[in-house]
Amino acid sequence: MPDTQFTDTILERTMNSSSGTVPVFIKNKQVQIIIGIVLAALLIVVPNFMQAYYVDILVSACLCAYIAQCWNLMCGYAGQFSFGHVAFFGVGAYTSSLLYVDFGLSPIFGIFAGAAVAGLVGLFIGFLSFKYKLQGDYFALITLAFAEMFRVIVTNVGIFKKAVGVSIDYRPDWRVFQPDSKVSYFYIILGMTVVLTVFLSRLSKTKMGLYFVSIREDENAASALGVDAFRYKLIATTLSAALTALGGTFYAQYYLFIDPSIAFNSNISINAIVPCILGGVGTIFGPIIGALIITPISQLTNLLAGSRPGFNMMIYGSLLVVFIIAMPNGIVGSFRKRKTKKGMPQCTTTSVDSADVEEGNER
Amino acid sequence: MLTGFLQATTDGILMGTIYGLMALGISLVFGVMKIINFAHGALIMLSMYITYVLCGIFHTNPYFIIPLCVLVMFAIGYTIQAGLINRIIDTPSHNQLLLTLGLMVFIQNFALFIWSADSKSIPVPGLDKAITIFGVSISCLRLTAFLIGIVVFAIVYLMISKMMLGKEIQATAQDRVAARLMGIKIKNINAIAFGLATACAGIAGLLITPIYYITPNIGDTFLLKCFVVAILGSLGNIWGALVAGIIVGLCESMTGLYIGGSWNEMIVYAIFVITLLVKPTGLFGRRESRA
Repeated sequence: MPDTQFTDTILERTMNSSSGTVPVFIKNKQVQIIIGIVLAALLIVVPNFMQAYYVDILVSACLCAYIAQCWNLMCGYAGQFSFGHVAFFGVGAYTSSLLYVDFGLSPIFGIFAGAAVAGLVGLFIGFLSFKYKLQGDYFALITLAFAEMFRVIVTNVGIFKKAVGVSIDYRPDWRVFQPDSKVSYFYIILGMTVVLTVFLSRLSKTKMGLYFVSIREDENAASALGVDAFRYKLIATTLSAALTALGGTFYAQYYLFIDPSIAFNSNISINAIVPCILGGVGTIFGPIIGALIITPISQLTNLLAGSRPGFNMMIYGSLLVVFIIAMPNGIVGSFRKRKTKKGMPQCTTTSVDSADVEEGNER
Repeated sequence: MLTGFLQATTDGILMGTIYGLMALGISLVFGVMKIINFAHGALIMLSMYITYVLCGIFHTNPYFIIPLCVLVMFAIGYTIQAGLINRIIDTPSHNQLLLTLGLMVFIQNFALFIWSADSKSIPVPGLDKAITIFGVSISCLRLTAFLIGIVVFAIVYLMISKMMLGKEIQATAQDRVAARLMGIKIKNINAIAFGLATACAGIAGLLITPIYYITPNIGDTFLLKCFVVAILGSLGNIWGALVAGIIVGLCESMTGLYIGGSWNEMIVYAIFVITLLVKPTGLFGRRESRA
């Protein structure tokens, strides 16, 4: 299957490049660019010849990677562990969908409205929590509580159509953000993921990125050195919330139906966290690798399980447990640890090379 | 009007005790190991199914199999901690959280796989009626659950505060390193604490088995309430869990009486958010020790 081949290649390459010891055959910058272009070409061409089912898997893997990357920005880099990212996802999905269904505003603009609203929600939650100096587990719990509150509000208030949900008419047209084929959807979410990843890898080298990491590592020390922790935590939260909302709108446009139990399902928060922790928290490629592993696994267990419900998720759950015990630093982290043998991995030192490869994908 | 109020109060207190008992496990695990146990709701659900199975085998009412159920649940909890969580106890805390999440997914789907999604219930002949005092009707099942719940609270309190084992648990909760230096086998204490917490979840599950329909995802309903109660009652505080449980139970029944709909969930989350913001150490915690 072509996509697993791709997974393997990407895995190998990111691990090699992020571990700092790049093997000889890709040390040459030009070769790297060529490989990047080949990969990008594969990603663009191959889905056209795949069955709809596999494109579906690709899309959900990419969406998973995207949301996990958003989570990574706030929780991996700035260290504010959120358990309620579904709130931002749901707000994004609902804002754009309601604007489209009730007011006729195309989701092409709605997606930004959703991001703005979700950003405000993130700002609000962050402001309250950080003002009252909530940290760690307590912050995770308050985000969980807010996410559940959103679900209850949307389920009970008339203007959000209560439990009925919002269904979007199927009208394949670019102007209403409904491309005519699944492959086009894949290009969109792939583009979003690549842009976000490049953005993150650039951000991690700016002053702001370093501030984020310093807050994660030791907030008191960072504040003592003059980092405005409150401000940068708010920036990370707002940014992450707004970006997650884009994923929410994409979901609504792809499946054309949302209701409170889908758009505010805590499983979405879990899906944002799991790939990121599996791949490696605070690493640039961790969430992507995690998503590329976890989505095919859950699809595969689905196939193996056959008709009896529960079996596939049983395997998923136990694999999760095994993964965590075997690789508590995540896949990227464990690999780097083995390579350098220096104890805790340095999460922020993803080399410039890997970022370039991703850029190559985009072209 | 007054009867309605009294009815809501009674319902709130009876249900609140069960909430307290459910949250006790979360509170213990967090108090000792600083882990937010997401598998707790699933363990409550598992205990309901175990009760269902055991009742089927022995053809008896659930209250007679409490010792057996407690034993089974303790063993499950002990194994989870000793076999799984202890291995990663020294890694970043998000790993423990994710591990309990994985366990939750596993247990829920295990139940779905074995017992399917059809809801089950067990009848308790003789107790499935209600007594009426001053116009307030009290379900015998809930009353029994309430009484047993109080007894369990007393037993756990005595175990923690009077027994040597309890003192070791307290010592571990206060300072892991110091406790280890005093010769306490921390990993064993962790496992016992987790086993104890699971046993509490077990009894809570058993007590609500005759009241609720058993489904594989019923644990989700309780999980967040457990968090609310455990935080409100100060993590690690036994009687705090009971008081907070009753407060949450009362708030719920009062909202149900005066506002109605599913807004009572909203009230619970509102309590949660306010507690977290204003005093994350809960009603009985010290103000300065913000984690």
